[in-house]
Amino acid sequence: MSAAVEIGYVAGGAWKRRALHAAAVLILAFLLLPIVIIILLSFSSGLYLQFPPPGFSLQWYERFFRDPQWMTSLWLSARVSMMCTALSVALGVLASIVLVRERFPGKTAVYVLILSPLIVPGIIIAIAVFFLFSRLHMMGSPVAMALGQAVLTLPLVVVIVSATLQGFDQRLEQAAIILGASPTRAFFHVTLPIISPGVISSALFAFLASFDELLVPLLLADPTTMTLPVRIWTTVTMQIDPTIVAVSSVLVAVALTVLVSAGALRRSRA
Amino acid sequence: MEQREPELPPAPAAGDGAGGRPASRGRGRTSLTGFLLLPALVFLAIFFAYPMIDIVVRSFADPGGFTLAHYGQVIEHPVYLRVFQITFEIAFTVTLLTLLLGYPLAYVLAGAGKLAASVIMACVLLSFFTNILVRTYAWMIILGPEGVINQLLRYEGLGDVKLLYNRYGVLIGMTYALLPYMVLTLYSVMRGIDRRFLQAARNLGASDWRAFWHVFLPLSLPGVVGGSLLVFILSVGYFITPRLLGGARDQMIAMVIEQHVELGVNWGFASALAIILLFLTTAGFMLYDRLVGLKALFESKV
Repeated sequence: MSAAVEIGYVAGGAWKRRALHAAAVLILAFLLLPIVIIILLSFSSGLYLQFPPPGFSLQWYERFFRDPQWMTSLWLSARVSMMCTALSVALGVLASIVLVRERFPGKTAVYVLILSPLIVPGIIIAIAVFFLFSRLHMMGSPVAMALGQAVLTLPLVVVIVSATLQGFDQRLEQAAIILGASPTRAFFHVTLPIISPGVISSALFAFLASFDELLVPLLLADPTTMTLPVRIWTTVTMQIDPTIVAVSSVLVAVALTVLVSAGALRRSRA
Repeated sequence: MEQREPELPPAPAAGDGAGGRPASRGRGRTSLTGFLLLPALVFLAIFFAYPMIDIVVRSFADPGGFTLAHYGQVIEHPVYLRVFQITFEIAFTVTLLTLLLGYPLAYVLAGAGKLAASVIMACVLLSFFTNILVRTYAWMIILGPEGVINQLLRYEGLGDVKLLYNRYGVLIGMTYALLPYMVLTLYSVMRGIDRRFLQAARNLGASDWRAFWHVFLPLSLPGVVGGSLLVFILSVGYFITPRLLGGARDQMIAMVIEQHVELGVNWGFASALAIILLFLTTAGFMLYDRLVGLKALFESKV
């Protein structure tokens, strides 16, 4: 009898499991579909956003890469993101060393200060930065955009680098010091090479976050300094321009590159 | 990844003052390396802390001095109370929808084999890391009057549906945008549940459903609470998706703040709204910290 129950249970279980798996597949499709549709349409030969696409063409990519305005925005975004990444990685690595290794009064408060931009709604940080730079008469400045975005990327760097530093055996650095290296030399020649996968992946994620950021540059931009997200935003709110599907696919490619590289780094570390 | 209090390993470090008392040398090192923290602190003080204080000051300031008028405006005008009501309605519905979709997916993810799990995880992460503007624009293309759905419906000889520039659009877009947060939070809890408990319940005669309901679901509740709270808090401050997919009746707090700043009409009022939003968000995260712990959140956010 117990065998019959067992068989009945398995059969019933299999049916339920299939339903559950079907639901999971549908939900996954919901997650992927918009991205897939964007990429499909970006290669469309149609004159408007016809679905399914009538044929293959690179016309929207051509429009994007030939348009000086889009190219100006792409270049500006790249510059702003690189400044932002360099700044937040430099500050973040130094801060992480102290936060992971030292005990000091007020450490929790420092953590809260550094990590809180992850929690504060994006719109609030954007207007805070906007008020500051409007006082400083730096509206439209790429440097202002990079500084404002670094507030958002610094905590990302600290979280990633701290996690890496915690797995680092400090005795290696101390051994170098015992053998006569100065603390600075020991850091650059022993510690940094070992934690470099973490530092590089923090730079990748900081770059992506900065490259994608809309609100901070939206409020700071003037008509000549629109980052890529800002130009997408103004285009999307004004008109229907299929060039956006090509721009969007480029941004998906950037995200994919970052994810794949970070994954490769993680594997190389393991 | 558990976060442990880092401690100096017992191996004696022959640093600067070799042979000195370890305790005093430890303190000396601290003050020295402490300087490494300074650049980040100075940076945040200027570009984050000061501007945030500036918002607080602006929210209480008018040309004559101190005022509560900006906050009064929020209460006096039914329009703004309505904005808060709409914001909470949307946030609440989005939370329910992400839970409804996220729970089964996280459940399957947590029980899947290595290959299936990495495929699911890759899909969730790709969506999570794709630019929010791109993901929202995709929905404009799908839901719009000339969009993918309406083109397909027309092809089938069916009438049009209006899904863009109204509440449906906002709910679909925001549920989509926030689903990865829900899945990742649920997964981090479900991953730790020992599935042999379920097997044990079944062996003792419980049906699949009973075993799930009485064993798995209670164990996964921290994830449900954490994920829901997280999605709700993030929804309350949402801007991009409701602004692009919503209509005139879907004005949320962040949109009103942005409008007042962008148009330059009333920065004091925008600041007051921002402080209220910040207060709500902070309260939400303090609750989150009490119930789930913020440390887990910061680690999963990477």
